[in-house]
Amino acid sequence: MSDQVSFYGETFTSRLLLGTAQYPSPAILSDAIKDSGSEIVTVSLRRESTGGKNGRAFWDLIKALNVRVLPNTAGCHSVKEAVTTAEMARDVFDTEWIKLEVIGHADTLQPDVFGLVEAARELVSQGFKVFPYTTDDLVVGEKLLSVGCEVLMPWGAPIGSGKGLNNLFALKTMRAHFPNVPLVVDAGIGLPSHAAQSLELGYDAVLLNTAVAKAGDPVKMAKAFALSIEAGRLSFHAGAMEARDMALPSTPVLGLAFSETF
Amino acid sequence: MIIVNGESVETKAQTMAELLDELGYDDMPVATARNMSVVRKRERADTKLAEGDRIEILVPMQGG
Repeated sequence: MSDQVSFYGETFTSRLLLGTAQYPSPAILSDAIKDSGSEIVTVSLRRESTGGKNGRAFWDLIKALNVRVLPNTAGCHSVKEAVTTAEMARDVFDTEWIKLEVIGHADTLQPDVFGLVEAARELVSQGFKVFPYTTDDLVVGEKLLSVGCEVLMPWGAPIGSGKGLNNLFALKTMRAHFPNVPLVVDAGIGLPSHAAQSLELGYDAVLLNTAVAKAGDPVKMAKAFALSIEAGRLSFHAGAMEARDMALPSTPVLGLAFSETF
Repeated sequence: MIIVNGESVETKAQTMAELLDELGYDDMPVATARNMSVVRKRERADTKLAEGDRIEILVPMQGG
């Protein structure tokens, strides 16, 4: 299989990065991950009142699936919180990968891009491989690359909103401007068609959670996303037709019955 | 008295490792921090606790 996606030198066949939160049960989570074909799942760190028992059960479940974990810094609003959380995640999950979130706005969960660049610089200097959750701003993307990020993860729409790709122009521009950087649409995807559209734009992968976890049947939806991502990627390789404003008949006009040529 | 995960705790533990034992986390995969600085697994036995310390003990959890 030659059409693989690469993050920090590691290659993967699946272009779906799947979140592990909000599923109806651990069994459904496990089945959804399996049917999604995802090879990378996101995880987090939280306080827990049961002496770590739930945490261990969850971690055992994930380890049994033999997938790569991408810990996040979800919910961090400051550089210090994000950096410390990343360091703690590295210690417990034993990986240098980190999905870096520095949240700047409570309602939209919009990234604080200034804090994001600062935290990314610090984490890269500590040897982390940073997956920054960012906006679709080109200049911020450049800053993140300049401090050592080798992946960019712009939002499609606010986290958990399911609104799809809000700013196609910005996402297309970002793809054109960073042709050799792995780009992942992270957040806002609600439907398999949104995921397909991301891949059609040439994005390398999508990261989503709620769209699968909150579906009526998460396992079925996980499979739907897997198929849509495959379709979107094939479509990107196939090269889409050019859109037109006016109709153009697809059936040949030459030889049309009942026509006069005089 | 120290603060563990935002709550006041009376403890006899002198180190981070002893605190984890005392709170029943012995075998669990946990991440720890003291006053906003990470304390790695291998550092826990040597990390002394002081009155008023703010300790975080975090566990793997579902995330997006």
